[in-house]
Amino acid sequence: MTPVAAMGNGMKAVNKIVWATGMAGVLTACVTINIYFPAAAAEKAADRVIDEVWQIEKDSAPPAAKPGDKPAGDKPAGKGEAL
Amino acid sequence: MKPLQLPSVIVALLLALASGLAFAQANLEIDTPAIRALTDAMKARHTELTPFYESGAVGQAASGTLALRDAALVPLPQRGRVNGLVAAENADRAALYREIARANGHPEWEADIRATFAQRFSARAPDGWWVEGASGWVRKK
Repeated sequence: MTPVAAMGNGMKAVNKIVWATGMAGVLTACVTINIYFPAAAAEKAADRVIDEVWQIEKDSAPPAAKPGDKPAGDKPAGKGEAL
Repeated sequence: MKPLQLPSVIVALLLALASGLAFAQANLEIDTPAIRALTDAMKARHTELTPFYESGAVGQAASGTLALRDAALVPLPQRGRVNGLVAAENADRAALYREIARANGHPEWEADIRATFAQRFSARAPDGWWVEGASGWVRKK
């Protein structure tokens, strides 16, 4: 067996391992989809329902009353709001 | 044969990534006729319940339901009425959690949805209302 041929076999084995890892990733992702509970989406849905049922006006909803929320982003006040 | 293998590995890895990412951005479906019927009924009931929330007779329980905390705070002639309101609201809330889980194709999410609502009802309750936390009932202020 020439060194070149030996190297070819080695590469094949490596490719097999990479392939198996990739497939394992796909399978794991499928399982994850089935058990994953979208907590952030559920929280948003709950807030929408509560707004509706308790008739809370969007403007008066105090953001500070939601502990655990993401800190306010660096979204600047709209330019249109400046005098 | 060899030139084919590397691209297919990349495709496999991308698939694994994309399928996870696509799902993470989804919103929950809450706009079905069954869910709307429940929220409409809850909305109509809310104005009747508000005085009892404010007096502290009724509070937001940790299980995502209402609890009659202190019947003594309810004038005698209204006790039957408040019991009926709490029972009806709790039936609707239980149905709501079940319906949202079902509408999203995951009936097994019902308990998680209930826990999420329990947390949000408690967090969104205005000052003066009673909410049940890990260490018992507290009046929000």
